[in-house]
Amino acid sequence: MSFTPNARRPSRRKLALALCAGTVCLVSAGFGSALLISGAALAQTELLNVSYDPTRELYKDINAAFVEEWKAKTGETVIVRAAHGGSGSQARTVIDGIPADVVTLGIPSDIDAISRLSKKIPADWRTKLPNEGLPYTSTVVFLVRKGNPKGVKDWGDLVKPDVKVITPNPKTSAGGRWNFLAAWGYAYEKEGKSADKANAFVGQLYKQVPVLDTGARGSTVTFAQRGLGDVLPTWENEAYLVFDEFGRDKFDVVVPPTSIYAEPPVALVDANVDKKGTRKQAEAYLQFLYSDKAQAIFAKHHYRPIKREAAKAEDLAQLPELKLFKIEDLQGNWDDIQKKNFDNGGLFDQLSKPAP
Amino acid sequence: MSSAVAIRPPARPDRAESVVTEGRAVRWGLTGIAILFLALFLVLPLVTVFIQAFAKGWSAYFAAFQEADARSAIRLTLLVAAIAVPFNLVFGVSAAWAIAKFEFRGKNLLVTLIDLPFSVSPVVSGLIYVLVFGSQGLIGPWLIENDIQVIFAVPGIVLATIFVTFPFIARQLIPLMQEQGTAEEEAALTLGASGWHAFRTVTLPNIRWGLLYSVLLCNARAMGEFGAVSVVSGHIRGLTNTLPLHVEILYNEYNFVASFAVASLLAGLALVTLVIKSLLEWRYSADIAAGARRH
Amino acid sequence: MAEPPLRPRRRFRQPSVIPGFGLTFGYTLTCLGVIVLLPLAALVARASGLGLSGIWDVATDPRVASALRVSFGVSLLAALTASVFGFLVAWVLTRYRFPGQKIVDAVVDLPFALPTAVAGIALASLYAPNGLVGEQLAKIGIEAAYTPVGIYIAMVFIGLPFAVRTVQPLIVEIDKEIEEASATLGAGRWHTLVRVVLPPLIPAVLTGFALAFARGVGEYGSIIFIAGNLPYVSEIAPLLIVIKLSEFDYGGACAIATIMLGISFVTLLAINLIQAWSRRRFGYV
Repeated sequence: MSFTPNARRPSRRKLALALCAGTVCLVSAGFGSALLISGAALAQTELLNVSYDPTRELYKDINAAFVEEWKAKTGETVIVRAAHGGSGSQARTVIDGIPADVVTLGIPSDIDAISRLSKKIPADWRTKLPNEGLPYTSTVVFLVRKGNPKGVKDWGDLVKPDVKVITPNPKTSAGGRWNFLAAWGYAYEKEGKSADKANAFVGQLYKQVPVLDTGARGSTVTFAQRGLGDVLPTWENEAYLVFDEFGRDKFDVVVPPTSIYAEPPVALVDANVDKKGTRKQAEAYLQFLYSDKAQAIFAKHHYRPIKREAAKAEDLAQLPELKLFKIEDLQGNWDDIQKKNFDNGGLFDQLSKPAP
Repeated sequence: MSSAVAIRPPARPDRAESVVTEGRAVRWGLTGIAILFLALFLVLPLVTVFIQAFAKGWSAYFAAFQEADARSAIRLTLLVAAIAVPFNLVFGVSAAWAIAKFEFRGKNLLVTLIDLPFSVSPVVSGLIYVLVFGSQGLIGPWLIENDIQVIFAVPGIVLATIFVTFPFIARQLIPLMQEQGTAEEEAALTLGASGWHAFRTVTLPNIRWGLLYSVLLCNARAMGEFGAVSVVSGHIRGLTNTLPLHVEILYNEYNFVASFAVASLLAGLALVTLVIKSLLEWRYSADIAAGARRH
Repeated sequence: MAEPPLRPRRRFRQPSVIPGFGLTFGYTLTCLGVIVLLPLAALVARASGLGLSGIWDVATDPRVASALRVSFGVSLLAALTASVFGFLVAWVLTRYRFPGQKIVDAVVDLPFALPTAVAGIALASLYAPNGLVGEQLAKIGIEAAYTPVGIYIAMVFIGLPFAVRTVQPLIVEIDKEIEEASATLGAGRWHTLVRVVLPPLIPAVLTGFALAFARGVGEYGSIIFIAGNLPYVSEIAPLLIVIKLSEFDYGGACAIATIMLGISFVTLLAINLIQAWSRRRFGYV
């Protein structure tokens, strides 16, 4: 700042001064706080688990259990942080540089995308952990209003003329994609393996969707809190969570005779753990997901554990037997599934075009 | 400001007033419509927030703020506002000075560029910083190489907040300072005051209420920004969640009471802002009116 | 200090005795450059990777075109509503006296200060079919939430303060004597309003309209909660950017963003030219 009176013309020196002042201000504003945060982070080992939306409650329990076990085993205190959001947008934050140690996403194609677009995860991530990186699986069931007034029993009932379906946008939600694929798979099997008829069935189903929320949680709120629609096809674990949160007296869960084998996979973000020096802890975290203790927690939260013997009988009783089909068996590998159905110009885009 | 136009006391109230205003029925009618409209579109949503927040009583309301995540969200929000608002204050005053007190070419373009963040979609406001600082971005790879995390950390949130609130103070001050012209400053300078001195003793008193109010609004907006921050935050619990993001998280966890309780904190902030503004106008109305009449 | 010929600078800026132009102008440009222009340039650069024809392809893709139509169309309607009622509110607030006026005046700024996500959630719970207002509307056959009407409501909400606050100071400034003169010369009240009072206010009304419009087009946070988000029906352009990003299609997202940015920029430039013109014509903003 100049205190000289009558400094009338902008001199070069002043302009330079202004530029310096501006830059200093910006840099201090921006990076001063970065140091503040990273300073705090250095003190302890921190793991970041970037996960999809419905697992908030699950990973609260899992993380606490892991921290306790790791402390008992090694004496080291780790902090496990969680970030939740739509599966696709979570994958994008990893691609754009969030320092995630592990990803636990809703659908395999999102981890494939991280691997393809950022190389932070090796392409053969499925082979690194047991059961193709799936510590648990899930499926899609229906949540209906108490007493099931529209008589929804199976996927075919979703396209009855007076039934309104609430489901999230498959473009932005992994749960939305499983719903889409489950409906398609049902029709494909039912209509003698005719892809055209399956496409038509799914097209009709989405014509009966009045609200397309961006995430599974948004759809649940629309259905449960706002009272829209007659049926909410959703993750099995979400359906039971709604029971707990909104009260069992308002809704019923309908388990259809067949549904999809939903695969929410986990993977290590190799590039990040090597950079942060957290490989040991991150790998242990992922291994922990396959331990008996974690498997029991999965069952408690209504996910389907891969080691059923580790879970409590009363939790398993909540996970009814039904015929599950794998979408890979019907449509090929995940690259094809993603491209054919959900990429720009894919099946969902074609089906949502208004009739000419 | 409205108090500056007190209708002058007319000799014959009814007659004199009637030529410069509408009939009584029209007046009440229009007032009614305006209030009804505001009530329906603005007040009702606000009331809803508070009703939902207190749906399960006081203890449930306060329980929402006991949680560690809520506290860290409050801390982060305060930190972000503490950086973003002073930055925009300095920028706003400096921009208003350059634009209002001088005539130069391309001024309209400059003002438009300052306005631009008003109309950029919040989603885009976040996206642009991802494009610069993301690991696929322009300088992101270099930053990450050097262990500097900008997006998905506090600096990114600060940057996005500064961007969104960028025009607030400048935009409020420019017309104010333009209206006041340059005569007083010129007089001060002629009497031998330095530029800084002239600014402090002549310009600042003239604009202080506008300045204060714009800082309050800027602050409310900085604390309340959702869209842009949501893109650059990464949603790491206890680390990069601001209050508005925490509202969304609680909402998505079906914890509606806590969600609206935190929201009511932000709405309360908005209300306090408005109350302070009104108080200032009421307390200093004579001052402001005098300032407005001087020209 | 030797003063070399200042011809080019003088042409750029009219001389003035007031100091600090270099400092403040330089600082303004630095901040503007680093905070606003550089990142926006990165956006345009990313979009231009598609080439002009690529951007055109994105813009004319039926889904994108329909989202842009929804965003711009509904925003236009909402800005119109906000302008009409905003003018009314501004008029009532400055010209009439009624109890609680100060409170009403303060309430106008609420959407500036209320976080958009909170506004969205509150509006959705009000206008949903089981909400306080939605229930009444449903009785007369209007579905508000989860239709384009919902988008409209949210846009009016966020646009209203712009419309009020740009007009209000000008109504304060109106010289009553002109109105008196008009009345004395035998003009009716309505005639005076339309012919004498309104014309100088038009630039300000336009400014408020354009600001509300530009803000509505870009709005995301409050709308996604209350719009149905159905493709071709109630899907807004910013949501489509989010969707493109979920598909990892950065180019497409940037292309839509650039198109919106271009339109906003032109709108804003037009406003500022109107204001500059009105300042010359009427002597105030």
